Amino acid sequence: MKKITMRLKSKLWLALLLVLSLLISACSPTKEADVKSAGGNEPYKIGAVLDISGNSSSLGVPERDTLLMMVEKLNANGGVKGHPIDLTIMDNKSDETESVLAVKTLIEKGALAILGASSSGTSMAMIKTVQSEKVPMISLAAASSIVEPTSERQWVYKTAQSDIVMINKIISYLKKNNLNKIAFLYMNNSYGDNGKKAISAAVKDSGIDIVAEEKFDANDKDMTPQLTKVKASGAQAAIVWAIPPSASILTKNFKDIGLSIPLIHSHGVGNQKFIELAQGAADGVILPIGKLSVAQQISDNDSQKKVLESYIADYSKKYNAEPNSFGGYAWDAFNLLVNALEKAGPDRVAIRDELEKTQGFVGISGVFNMTPQDHNGLKEDSAVLVQVDQGKWKLIE
Amino acid sequence: MNERHGYKMKLKNHRGFILLLLLLIIPLVAESNYLYSTLVIIGLYAIIVQGLGILMGYAGQVSFGHAAFFGLGGYTAAILTTRFHWPTLLALFASAILPGIIAGLIGRQTLKLRELYLALATLSFGILVHIFFNEGGELTGGPSGMSGIPNLSIGSFEFDSDQKFYMLVWLVLLMLLIGIYNLVHSRTGRALCSIRESEYAAENAGIDCARLKLQAFVFSALLAGLAGGLYAFYVTFISPSPFSFHTSVQFVLMAVIGGLGTFWGPVIGAVVVVALNELLREIVPLLIPGAGGEYQIIIYGVILVGLMIFQPKGLSGIGQYFRIPLKKQLKTDVKIRG
Repeated sequence: MKKITMRLKSKLWLALLLVLSLLISACSPTKEADVKSAGGNEPYKIGAVLDISGNSSSLGVPERDTLLMMVEKLNANGGVKGHPIDLTIMDNKSDETESVLAVKTLIEKGALAILGASSSGTSMAMIKTVQSEKVPMISLAAASSIVEPTSERQWVYKTAQSDIVMINKIISYLKKNNLNKIAFLYMNNSYGDNGKKAISAAVKDSGIDIVAEEKFDANDKDMTPQLTKVKASGAQAAIVWAIPPSASILTKNFKDIGLSIPLIHSHGVGNQKFIELAQGAADGVILPIGKLSVAQQISDNDSQKKVLESYIADYSKKYNAEPNSFGGYAWDAFNLLVNALEKAGPDRVAIRDELEKTQGFVGISGVFNMTPQDHNGLKEDSAVLVQVDQGKWKLIE
Repeated sequence: MNERHGYKMKLKNHRGFILLLLLLIIPLVAESNYLYSTLVIIGLYAIIVQGLGILMGYAGQVSFGHAAFFGLGGYTAAILTTRFHWPTLLALFASAILPGIIAGLIGRQTLKLRELYLALATLSFGILVHIFFNEGGELTGGPSGMSGIPNLSIGSFEFDSDQKFYMLVWLVLLMLLIGIYNLVHSRTGRALCSIRESEYAAENAGIDCARLKLQAFVFSALLAGLAGGLYAFYVTFISPSPFSFHTSVQFVLMAVIGGLGTFWGPVIGAVVVVALNELLREIVPLLIPGAGGEYQIIIYGVILVGLMIFQPKGLSGIGQYFRIPLKKQLKTDVKIRG
């Protein structure tokens, strides 16, 4: 018996040694991978850190699928000026500490630029590293604090619209319809929190008053108490910053207690799941959204129309599913980077400079015009207002 | 008995120092920021688990709330430096002391509880603190967290690179190890062990159990807070999510994997848990193309279960393979309850 345990122990000890030696080899500078190159040219390495598993996996998965599709397509067409793209995708499991470690591995492996991360927290955790190592990073998350202040974020860009873009869209709707007293309801997480900060700043000098402010938890099953207060406050419209399922539950409760004021949601509900979970209560809901969901309805003169339709066609052909705005953020980030790579070549500083010079780049989330002060580059024209009509999105402007 | 015990620990120490030396040498051989930062994270966790090891392995009290102390330390450092512009070093001290004080306040009540009830009390404390981070509004930055935390600096020397931070963290850990070595070989260390074996017997032998348990609890909270402060200065961004219940479980896991009541256990536990995670991220995609984190978590779980089956007293026990007779080893790893 003793012998057996000893033998087992010795194996374990060996395993530990193996683990250690693997760790060393994993960390030592990796040799140039022999990626079969399109024109015999050396590949360009880029890295992506995405929230593929864990809490934000619903964001990370379509982003990963889009990136894989884009790389395959680009390399089949000869890559960037004959250089194929060698993309390494890492899963941070929606964890901030893992995000830091993942971005360091990618930089060590010689990534020219980093795409990601998917959510605000995991992106924020990577900023110090890319700033000090001087590697361009394009985040796929929305929070404006990711790219602001730009004096401390020279290397950081993002493709998702900031909340303020969406909020300005809503405010102009409120003004047009003379709705001056509003109620604001938000989900108690970083998404809702950012929405709250943005709207409090936006309404300041607009003549619009927030007469009720209520929050709820992402896991709450009933928002009737909050809505009762909204009803009592005399608000003329209710604005909600949340994502399904809580956004759907709120919409049902809203109808159940007989509120008849306009219900305005955020772009966070911009997927079919919201409508399904609201079980018919979603009809009449108004929300600002990227153009991807209403690509068929936007005018043919819209410069984005062609890009949107080709993305939808490619994605549905490959994955047999409709793409969503998260995949769109990845599409934009990848193509912005390829665009910069074409002009700059394999040089991190030059890539950063080219990213900052991006002008009139037509993407999925909008038309990007970057400046040294604006590392997102999207304006109000990147969003449209839609209304849910019999379970479908309908363009209302 | 005491003499022999001390002698044995020394022998074990030699092997430990080889391991530690290896850890110190690797980064110098393969100069890599990724390796430094992995080791920084390992070092931070090892500091926390050292404290937890004293609490669990020596005093026999379990805590599922240490992520809260870790977070309190982090937030203390973040708030004091960004909102009140304290010097970073001073904020780092405060980040250890504040969780210590809080542990003292809640420990007085909660440590009267035993086993499962104590676990539940610490667990709910952890959840409570996590809610506080989320609901702290302007103070904690709410769910979006706080950014713009400055680098740690002593005078004009700034810890602005991974290498410098790595050295700092492991220096702290080394000093801590020496301190703990002395502690567990002192009267207090033996008294703690006796509490773990039987509180009633210890009480009868004239040991002030309540006070000692409280001291161990406060000590472990201090260390968790210190690690939290260092974490905040290292990442320079802090949000509630790394300080959830899940992290508390992770710490307990490290303590158990390493081996409760053993000197090197906490360090080994931290190394294994973090390194395994990193390795799987490298290896799993090679074995299963296109595999995401889900697969890593499954394999990770299987390996940990395997470790617990073959090495239930923790990995530090594998030292016996190095010609330490099994009998002696068993004596050092005095029976662990549960």
